[in-house]
Amino acid sequence: MLVTRKKPMIVRLSLALAAGLAGALMMGAGTPATAAGGEAPHIPREDWSFSGPFGSYDPGQLQRGFKVYQQVCAACHSLEFVAIRTLASPSGPYFSDAAVKVIASEYTVEDGPDDSGEMFEREARPSDHFPAPFPNQQAARAANGGAYPPDLSLIAKARAAHAGFPTFVFDALTQYQEAGPDYLHALLTHYEEPPEDVTLAPGMYYNTAFLSGNQIAMPPPLSDGLVEYSDGAPETVDQYSRDVSAFLMWAAEPKLEARKQTGMRVMLFLLVFAGLLYFTKRKIWSNVEH
Amino acid sequence: MSGHSTYQPQGKLAKWIDSRLPILTLMNAQAIDFPTPRNLNYFWTFGAILMMMLVVQIITGIVLAMHYTANTELAFASVEKIMRDVNFGWLLRYMHANGASMFFIAVYIHIFRGLYYGSYKAPREILWMLGVVIFLLMMATAFMGYVLPWGQMSFWGATVITNLFSAIPLVGESIVQWLWGGFSVANPTLNRFFALHYLLPFMIVGVVILHIWALHVPGNNNPTGVSVKSGQDTVPFHPYITVKDMFAMVVFLLFFGWFLFYIPNYMGHADNYIPADPLVTPAHIVPEWYFLPFYAILRAVPSKLGGVIAMFGAIAILFFLPWLDTSKVRSGAFRPLFRQFFWVFAIVCVFLGWLGAQPAEGIYVVLARIAMAYYFAYFIIILPVLGLVERTKPLPASITESVLGKKSGGGAQPAGSTAAPQDKG
Repeated sequence: MLVTRKKPMIVRLSLALAAGLAGALMMGAGTPATAAGGEAPHIPREDWSFSGPFGSYDPGQLQRGFKVYQQVCAACHSLEFVAIRTLASPSGPYFSDAAVKVIASEYTVEDGPDDSGEMFEREARPSDHFPAPFPNQQAARAANGGAYPPDLSLIAKARAAHAGFPTFVFDALTQYQEAGPDYLHALLTHYEEPPEDVTLAPGMYYNTAFLSGNQIAMPPPLSDGLVEYSDGAPETVDQYSRDVSAFLMWAAEPKLEARKQTGMRVMLFLLVFAGLLYFTKRKIWSNVEH
Repeated sequence: MSGHSTYQPQGKLAKWIDSRLPILTLMNAQAIDFPTPRNLNYFWTFGAILMMMLVVQIITGIVLAMHYTANTELAFASVEKIMRDVNFGWLLRYMHANGASMFFIAVYIHIFRGLYYGSYKAPREILWMLGVVIFLLMMATAFMGYVLPWGQMSFWGATVITNLFSAIPLVGESIVQWLWGGFSVANPTLNRFFALHYLLPFMIVGVVILHIWALHVPGNNNPTGVSVKSGQDTVPFHPYITVKDMFAMVVFLLFFGWFLFYIPNYMGHADNYIPADPLVTPAHIVPEWYFLPFYAILRAVPSKLGGVIAMFGAIAILFFLPWLDTSKVRSGAFRPLFRQFFWVFAIVCVFLGWLGAQPAEGIYVVLARIAMAYYFAYFIIILPVLGLVERTKPLPASITESVLGKKSGGGAQPAGSTAAPQDKG
């Protein structure tokens, strides 16, 4: 038994030091959260069919989103890492093979050189990637007032609002991995008239969700009724941006369904295996006090 | 601790081999019969977990290297090809990227376990120092691996870190150009980083072998810190430790799988999905999370050279730890004062990590300096002084006594509680 006695000076000293430091740490953790709250845009978290451990893409939504991309975004934005053939993926937009051939035939790609050494243009095949709207970055900038419309293949993974402490801890526990599409949806729906004290630079638009300041060079791309839907989904800016964000998430992460399905099998196996090992371990150690 | 084995190879072939190369005897002594303290807790399973992670990284890395192209024009696209077109490429790449994070989580737990239980003290100083060498090699490997996808953070992280060497007086500039293979981070840099990223893991394997060798001479430390005194204090490595390690490894894989399968980009930075652009600097250049405490120390010092010295000093000081800690008692369990300072130290390290992710301005810099001061004071002042002034709790006479005392609530040995655990059960 330890005899309780008055704590010596050094113990009290160290306790005070530890408490003081812990206090300072907590103060430190609290300050920036409030300081940053005023500036960073608030990105609302939406419901997505592909979130969570059982999430999967909604082919109907991806097909609508592709239509929005094709008719609106593709005028300026490339999609260079995505092959047209992947539109037929059952864990993606799930277009029929015939439909994919038709989609491919609507594009023209440069090929060659041919036998006489000339480059030539031909109809795209499903195995081709989506051709870019501009031949190079300089051409894209020249056509867009100096701003470069980024490639969209990975945009849904290349943008994320900063989640500070303690949000990022909960994000790991709740498997939040949709910061990209949340941001894209917010960006497309948060074009506003600038407040009176803000003077926009020429060719800029006011957007409260834009991560690098509130001025964005991209004009508001969507408006109600802009794209015709054949499946009865509402033809609103909110629905368009939701659909195209989902489509871009698929474009950035086409193997999401395979990943989550494989994951479930692996996790279940590991869980059972861990259980068996636990009882094996208990049995083996049962004759040893430890 | 070796040499306890009474193993004799049985089969004809086994005898033939063992008389020419006694590898069977060696393996038996080191991995089957090896006497291990019976009171190890689950913090002692991280050595095995780290071995597993090293193997995972090497295997996935070799396969990834078969598909990757180390050229600044092609690297980013080749990684995307792996993600989209290579069979199970997404699995390989996410396993490798998240595996690096898991490796560091495990190694940090492993290091802090050593710090708490005094595993660095005599006679395990060389074991500890080899561990620090492995840690350094891991950091170099991880840093260069992060450059390979050639995203924005790859490029700018490489630029920032290689530029640190320019702080060295006189020869700094030349060293940086030598590292780059040119006048900026460019294709030659990527090429050599790829070559080194492939080489260093095998150097890690080599040092790991030395690390295990140095471990198997004095044997494991244990939660009491009291040395093994008799065979009763130990159990044979197999099956006792093997089954326990395996259980811990599978539980760790569950943790790994949570990130790998469901939030594979959680540990990464969104900017690294933007191809490297030397003309566009990201708003915040942050290294991978496992470097953040050291990054915070780097930025806490106002002068560049000072920051570099402080950052490398923060790791170099670990080499001297065995001689800085003056206490004769190994385990923190019997050092009430040490324990408080230790936990403050642990919190400070996490706090430094958080600070490393914040912009280097205002209150953050002040806090980083306070935290850094504690980090160094812990090694240079607190540990040397504590050993001299601290009144430690009485140590148990042996591991066996501590185990049985705990179970029965007294000191007496209950009859039949030890079925000679040192023999194979």
